Amino acid sequence: MIMKKINIKYHIILPLLGLIGIVMISCERGFSDDVDLATFPNTPEVFTDVPVGLTDEFFISFDPNGGANTNGFGTDNNEAYEGSSSIRIDVPAPNDPDGGFIGGIFRDRGEGRDLTAYDALTFWAKASTTATVGLFGFGTDFIDNKYAVGLENTQLSTDWKKYVIPIPDPSKLVQEKGMFIFSAGTQSTNGFGFTFWLDEIRFERLGTLGQPRPALYGGQDQSIQANVDTDIPISGLTYTANQANGQDVTVTVAPLYFDFETSNPFVASVNDLGVVTVDGPGVDGDNMATITATLGGFNALGSLTVESTNISVTPIYSNVFGNIGGLNIGAFNNQDITIQTQLNGSDEFIAYGNLGFVGMSWDGTIDVSDMTHVHIDVQLQSPGSTLTAELIDFGPDGIDNGFGGSDGTAGGFNVTSQLVQDNWVGIDIPLTNFTLPTGGGGAGSPNLDNLGYFVLVSNNGAFLIDNIYFYSEN
Amino acid sequence: MNFKNKMRLNTLQFLFAFLGVFTMATVIISCNPDETQTVTNFNNLSMRDEFNEPGALDETIWSFEVGNGEAQGIPGWGNNELQYYTDRSENATVIYNEDEQNGYLKITALQEDFEGFGYTSARILTKGKFQQKYGRFEARIKLPWGQGLWPAFWLLGDDNDGADIWPQIGEIDIMENRGQEPTLITGSIHGPEYSGGNSISKDYELTNSRFDDEFHVFGIEWGPNYINYYVDDVLYNQITPDNLEDEDVDRSNWVFNDREFYIILNVAVGGNYVGAPNAQTVFPQEMLVDYVRVYTAD
Repeated sequence: MIMKKINIKYHIILPLLGLIGIVMISCERGFSDDVDLATFPNTPEVFTDVPVGLTDEFFISFDPNGGANTNGFGTDNNEAYEGSSSIRIDVPAPNDPDGGFIGGIFRDRGEGRDLTAYDALTFWAKASTTATVGLFGFGTDFIDNKYAVGLENTQLSTDWKKYVIPIPDPSKLVQEKGMFIFSAGTQSTNGFGFTFWLDEIRFERLGTLGQPRPALYGGQDQSIQANVDTDIPISGLTYTANQANGQDVTVTVAPLYFDFETSNPFVASVNDLGVVTVDGPGVDGDNMATITATLGGFNALGSLTVESTNISVTPIYSNVFGNIGGLNIGAFNNQDITIQTQLNGSDEFIAYGNLGFVGMSWDGTIDVSDMTHVHIDVQLQSPGSTLTAELIDFGPDGIDNGFGGSDGTAGGFNVTSQLVQDNWVGIDIPLTNFTLPTGGGGAGSPNLDNLGYFVLVSNNGAFLIDNIYFYSEN
Repeated sequence: MNFKNKMRLNTLQFLFAFLGVFTMATVIISCNPDETQTVTNFNNLSMRDEFNEPGALDETIWSFEVGNGEAQGIPGWGNNELQYYTDRSENATVIYNEDEQNGYLKITALQEDFEGFGYTSARILTKGKFQQKYGRFEARIKLPWGQGLWPAFWLLGDDNDGADIWPQIGEIDIMENRGQEPTLITGSIHGPEYSGGNSISKDYELTNSRFDDEFHVFGIEWGPNYINYYVDDVLYNQITPDNLEDEDVDRSNWVFNDREFYIILNVAVGGNYVGAPNAQTVFPQEMLVDYVRVYTAD
């Protein structure tokens, strides 16, 4: 991460905004009674016994060069929930030479449809075996994909069942071409191909979807330190609604459904696509901005608080700053540890279970002797577990060859007292605090010129880990 | 009877109130199943609480029932309910919305450790303060939602200072709901030989809206040998002594002609009727009551 000079954008933006306001006011003019605003057909059906108003090719596959199998799509006159025909999709095995998964879209054949009167896309589906389909949705047209909505990991049963995908804010869909999307592989069937059928795909106004709950970061409040000019895409955009059967349904939602807002334009701005840009250091010592959002007038759960900083960063594992080259999150560890990466929206984090010790490695060694701190986000999951962070420096030879008389050094710092059960905690450790001796034989207070491992040691605890980076305040 | 009119009526509100009554009358007339039926109109307001004074409830109308029923000899209120009812403002209060110029009774179910229970909520009743035999009882309510929530608007018969016991005293459930069924409510009666799981009841389902994101009016019109059940302007059920006979219960067990009943509003958590809340249940949960109005016959 390269430090940037402060870029005081707001001096320019504010007068511009004033100008735009004046111009707009002076141009404002009502529609005359003669104006017919363009409206588009509101046809609800997508597939009944035949495709309705879709392009001639009907099914537009994902790119076969990306592994999509185009052979498995067709209609079936022997299976139907209603009427005489259904869509039949044969999901290929991963090693199928014609492509290891199947998926694509149905697109409106015209200029798009007005879906503002509906609140859901619904369809009926069944499968040859109980199996999970990775994605169903709408709003993806392979042109702009502006209003994509996705229902992920839907488990189909062997009997026809109706599925509901809520439209987060129908007022956005005045001209939508993306009528349907699906993507399926064999992750849930141990690599064995299966077949599923779809029928009666249509937009509906159910009226029974309630309790809308839009969310950023899956509803969590996140915070981050970032330098001026850093771009931070907000992730984990979802929308949850409660169905008539009392069950919640959560879909992933494109950012254009949301209206984003910053609490402090002197620090950060956010565009329609949910990309936050750190604009300046703030004024009067206030260097914090909180980004929130609404969807269809409902406040979104979750937020991003940005602290504008002027720091140099050497990242190890971070969505914002990137991962270090060659990162291995389990270079060495106790035998019965579990190591997974998980996603909160698009924000990846690490889940360690039964952690005795684990070392992270990367290509070569890094020199963090100009850095002052290391940052790590930790969520303690097992009550009462301890956690110590260790730094291992390989020495000038750049090789991991132990501590006994060689040039390697290592030291630890115990963070246990800062942990809060089931909550993310951001911990900033001064590099001079790694004074504890390490389990591997390091004496404490390591050198920082040739760092080769970042190590976590516990009494078999479970932790979620994110955002590990070295930094120094400039 | 304890008539209390605490509302500050302006002309417009009065007009709406009048129109409401007028509409009801029209509906009743249009619902006549045959030409010879005698129609009873319930137009004389005998009690109303519009909940327009923010803060504490009107004590001349309402009392709190506190605890989980142990003091009454029925822990969990006889249904294995999980909540502890309090008289705190956290669980029941009147709020006023300045934008709408309208107030609401808010009963809040909270997930918290309290007196050894995991949830608190409120149950208010008009026992000994307002009781009436026959009439139209109605309330405009927006329900809470989620697995394990059990809101209710109901009537219990006067127990003659404890001389009579349930189910002999009778119970008229104008509305009860399972939070996991946001489009469905149930109206029931309980009496001797038809109580608990054997009550006489009927569901009413909204097919294109819900009870938890907008207000609906729940009402009964109750006269000699009949109780009519309404949601908004829809008459969805009539219960008479004939319904007892349908269940092989003697007509003489109709206990709704001989005593006054009082009103109860509550939000229970868990219990046999709904099951316990689960991880998806969102707390706190609110039941908002715009008004309670009771009328007698002309």
